[in-house]
Amino acid sequence: MREVVVLSGKGGTGKTSVVGAFAALANQKVLSDCDVDAADLHLLLSPTVKEEHEFWSGQSAVIDRAECIECGQCVEVCRFDAIHDFVVDPIGCEGCAFCSRICPVNAIKMKDNMAGHWFISETRFGPLVHAKLGIAQENSGKLVALVRQKAKEIAEQQGLQITINDGPPGIGCAVISALSGAHLACIVTEPSFSGIHDMERVLSVCRHFNTPAVVCINKFDVNEEGTQQIERYCEGEGIDVVAKIPFDIKVTEAQVQGVPLVEYTDDARLVEPIEAAWKAVLRGFDSIGS
Amino acid sequence: MIISVASGKGGTGKTLIATSLALALKDKGAVTLLDCDAEEPNDHIYIKPESSSSEPVSIPVPSVDEAKCTGCGVCSDVCVFNAIAVVAGKVLVFNELCHGCGACAYLCPAGAISEVPHELGVLEEGKVEGMRFFDGVLTIGQPMAPPIIREVRKKSDGDGITIIDASPGTSCPVVEAVRESDFCLLVTEPTPFGLNDLRLAVETVRALGLAHGVIINRAGVGDDRTEEFCRGEGIPILMTIPLDERIARTYSRGTPLIEALPEYRPQFLEMYDRIREMVNERSSST
Repeated sequence: MREVVVLSGKGGTGKTSVVGAFAALANQKVLSDCDVDAADLHLLLSPTVKEEHEFWSGQSAVIDRAECIECGQCVEVCRFDAIHDFVVDPIGCEGCAFCSRICPVNAIKMKDNMAGHWFISETRFGPLVHAKLGIAQENSGKLVALVRQKAKEIAEQQGLQITINDGPPGIGCAVISALSGAHLACIVTEPSFSGIHDMERVLSVCRHFNTPAVVCINKFDVNEEGTQQIERYCEGEGIDVVAKIPFDIKVTEAQVQGVPLVEYTDDARLVEPIEAAWKAVLRGFDSIGS
Repeated sequence: MIISVASGKGGTGKTLIATSLALALKDKGAVTLLDCDAEEPNDHIYIKPESSSSEPVSIPVPSVDEAKCTGCGVCSDVCVFNAIAVVAGKVLVFNELCHGCGACAYLCPAGAISEVPHELGVLEEGKVEGMRFFDGVLTIGQPMAPPIIREVRKKSDGDGITIIDASPGTSCPVVEAVRESDFCLLVTEPTPFGLNDLRLAVETVRALGLAHGVIINRAGVGDDRTEEFCRGEGIPILMTIPLDERIARTYSRGTPLIEALPEYRPQFLEMYDRIREMVNERSSST
């Protein structure tokens, strides 16, 4: 089994559009949406949900006011400023349980958090594992790990060779969770100053975790100088730029129609670079060996 | 007045709005711009500070004095984050998992645990003419941005005007950035992805009890469903920026919107006045 994760650093560079196109191009694969707090891949793949599960993770402290003697020890030890007037703010509470352990009258109980849902769906492109983190919930990294684990299990059960992960933006907990142990990262960037800055940071994260990476430049013609800058940077780092996709309103039109780009249009200017990117991903898998 | 800028979906124009709003307002009063997207901070690209100074942001993590440690395992039992383990009588600490709550150090019966700083990133202060500017930068390989965001947010100036640029998404880094603001601007684009993620962002700001309004960027792409959604939910649309190649080209080269296209400046000032009215109405009604 081989796993590619599509990342970007900066949001909105086109990760999900690229993954949707990969979904239509690839054979024998499982899809997973690891952007659990703003998942969009399902909007391109028209999934039929087969299984829905609750995601319980972490805890929040609750003070029983009938038992509480208002001694204030809980307020003193809480480093997250989550207790005010002997009421715990569940949004500020990190669930460390320190308060509940030191409360002299045992008035503080820890309550499990229902932190979201995850789904196994069928799509005409193959199985999809996706999730919805609960509003203002923590532990997105754990939900990402769960989504990847389920995708892996499905791949093993059904004898599928490839997992394609649509990753989250950024470089923090959710990204590290989506990246660690993946065979290859495909970075979708754009030639803006911010796109380049963020690509460099996410490539550093890939290097930190020893994950090989390839780069796709989306909307490359919006700033040709920026595109050259990306190419120079990647050359210096020994990273292949595997596709340059032009800016085209058809990418948005495909999204409005709710279909992958390569199904919406056969315009070679768009389809060829995405096919080239997918072939580069397959080559990347081959070069890793078994 | 603290105004945060969030979005749900990434790349809709949070930084575009936050930087231009700060630049438009800096002649009107004391403005502080806080870039709380510590994973991928970009405001500095547009604000271009002359110089900047930085200080580390750390959380306290346990350090075990092996001479005092009895290997009893209390520390590992009390740590809900699995950041401390006792294997064959020896304590192992996993700094990346530690939230810095301090329970292990406090509850160690042998007094063998002290706390040492573990650096997550830096808080930077940039020198910019006419405004205060701070950003947070998460160190590569570190997972936890919220403690850095918390430190940046402490630089808010409630008496003046503070603009907070948040990360994309709706999880803890966003909540940490926006939670204490008086108003949250949600920047979206009129596409299915933009709308799907706007719905999540609206649920989030409602759960936090924040006054909010929407900015539609790249109007003209996509469809009308975003406007319909806002009308149906009674959410004010405070600004609409059309899809404009000039904006894409100049912005991609690091020029703030109101510098490339000064005709937008009055719109930012009017939007601020509307936000102020909404916040005042809300505070007088509660």
